[in-house]
Amino acid sequence: MRACIVGAGSIGSLFAAHLATLTDVVVLTRRPEHARALNDEGLRVSGRHDFTARVTAASDPSDLPDFELGIVATKATGVEPAARGLAGRFAGATMMTVQNGLGAEAIVRAHGDWPLVSAVTFMSGTKHSDSHVEYILDTPTWLGPYGETPLERVHEIAQLLVDSGLKAEALPDLLPAQWSKLIFNATVNGVAALTGLPHDAHFAAEDGPADLGHLVHELVDEGKRIAAAAGVELHDDPWEMNVLATRRGSAHSPSMLEDVEARRPTEVELINGALVREAARTGVEAPLQTAVYRLVRAREASYS
Amino acid sequence: MRICVVGCGAVGSLFAANLAQLDNVEVWAYDLAQDHVDAINREGLRLSGAGDVVGRLRGTSDPSELPECDFGVVATKAMHTSSAIAATAAAFANGCVASVQNGVGNEEAIAEHVARVIRGTTFPAGRVLEPGHVQWDVKGDTTFGPFEPRPAPADEIERLADACTRAGMPAQAVADARGPQWRKVIFNASTNPVGALTGLTHGRVCERPDLRRLVTGLVDEGKAVAAAQGIELDADPEDLIDHAAKPEVAYDHKASMLQDVEARRPTEIDYLNGGIVRFGDEHGVPTSLNQAIWALVKGLEASW
Repeated sequence: MRACIVGAGSIGSLFAAHLATLTDVVVLTRRPEHARALNDEGLRVSGRHDFTARVTAASDPSDLPDFELGIVATKATGVEPAARGLAGRFAGATMMTVQNGLGAEAIVRAHGDWPLVSAVTFMSGTKHSDSHVEYILDTPTWLGPYGETPLERVHEIAQLLVDSGLKAEALPDLLPAQWSKLIFNATVNGVAALTGLPHDAHFAAEDGPADLGHLVHELVDEGKRIAAAAGVELHDDPWEMNVLATRRGSAHSPSMLEDVEARRPTEVELINGALVREAARTGVEAPLQTAVYRLVRAREASYS
Repeated sequence: MRICVVGCGAVGSLFAANLAQLDNVEVWAYDLAQDHVDAINREGLRLSGAGDVVGRLRGTSDPSELPECDFGVVATKAMHTSSAIAATAAAFANGCVASVQNGVGNEEAIAEHVARVIRGTTFPAGRVLEPGHVQWDVKGDTTFGPFEPRPAPADEIERLADACTRAGMPAQAVADARGPQWRKVIFNASTNPVGALTGLTHGRVCERPDLRRLVTGLVDEGKAVAAAQGIELDADPEDLIDHAAKPEVAYDHKASMLQDVEARRPTEIDYLNGGIVRFGDEHGVPTSLNQAIWALVKGLEASW
């Protein structure tokens, strides 16, 4: 058994290091020096767990050996080039996507007929270097079948993740969890990117008339109306997810905030864009989610 | 005639230095910036750019030095109105006080301390170059009218408008000054924060069709709030927004709020979008987009 982790940001690194304690792991990176560092130094995990795993890494997909489980852990903007690099090979593999937002599975599907597994992950980490990731939140990853993939296969992968020391759960239908996270991310990441605030107590404050919590609440309510019109019953209430997350003590900087601060392209299309397009498809008015989507896209346009 | 300019920043300086050219007018300037006050007293108040003027006037940062005045012209940033007028109100016990500030709500704040209040809207603009020296960027008209709940007498409003006009700051006394004021506040509230949140100049905001639609959404809410108060706008803010977007007008202009945000200074958002929300609430007009923008900019300020 061999697993291939495509993309070694903080989430990909956490999957790679933990799975490497059980099975062969090969990591596909974008940068050659990243692959070199992993081959030379291994992959260190600190924080909630503390160990260094041996992994094999490559930056060219044609150097990859066969594998049975592929985890596409790039950012949403990296799925397309990653899937293109895997096209035509790895017939025996099941591919799992863990991106924020909606639509990553369809992008992978366009490049091959591998069985697909949808996942959303709530774990978080911080990369300190190419070969060192700090495991911060050990909240679970949820997995569900996409298309015709048997639930049995999803259970096997979830069990493998649990055996490797991560938290994971197989669900017969991932859409409720995926949509809960979609609404949460569209709201929290969008507001964080526009205000420069990490996900802190401001997001739950509803005392004064201009407090940010009112806006966050209304954005979540719009998202819930879109989900209802799309026939999705949410797994968790995104407002409660928001309130809980702001009470954890250390404020998390959503990736969209880090992206705009570094003037990088954000995941706005697969998160906010996906939600706004679902609103249009289902005929739901979503003026505030639409405003946030337009403002973040314009913020990206201001880089040049 | 004795006139005291309260808050002698860029706009206040345009009034103070020009009015000081008149033989029968004695001008005082109240400002908390001691180096600016000292320079004014030492060398006069100098304007360059659209007009080159040196005004001889008395500056002070001590309100107890102010003599009794016929007129006050309040030109502070909107968030300082209350403290500035509270400090200087004794000088206007028998006089009339005009606001020439941005936003809505300034006259209400002045009327808490002064019996005869003038509603003013002014379009000239400039910036402080150094203590005692202001760049005059744009000439423009001023409109004065009564603040309805505590109005100044019509002949006094005429007298102030006439003095300003003779001094080279064209001003008109009107029976209802709310139209120009709301035209300006709707223009500013619908464009400045969008520039501040996205980092885009006025022209670039307007050439993105989706973002321009957001601007229209904000304008429409502002128009509805004005209409609910029986205010007739003297021009359509949409036309002014499109006009300003032309390359030869203000395509490359960074909204003052964007300049504030880049310098991490408090913005006037409470008196722009916050003012529209407040008046909307009073008249039962929904203003959810202005409310959202207000919360986002407050969040941005909180991130510093």
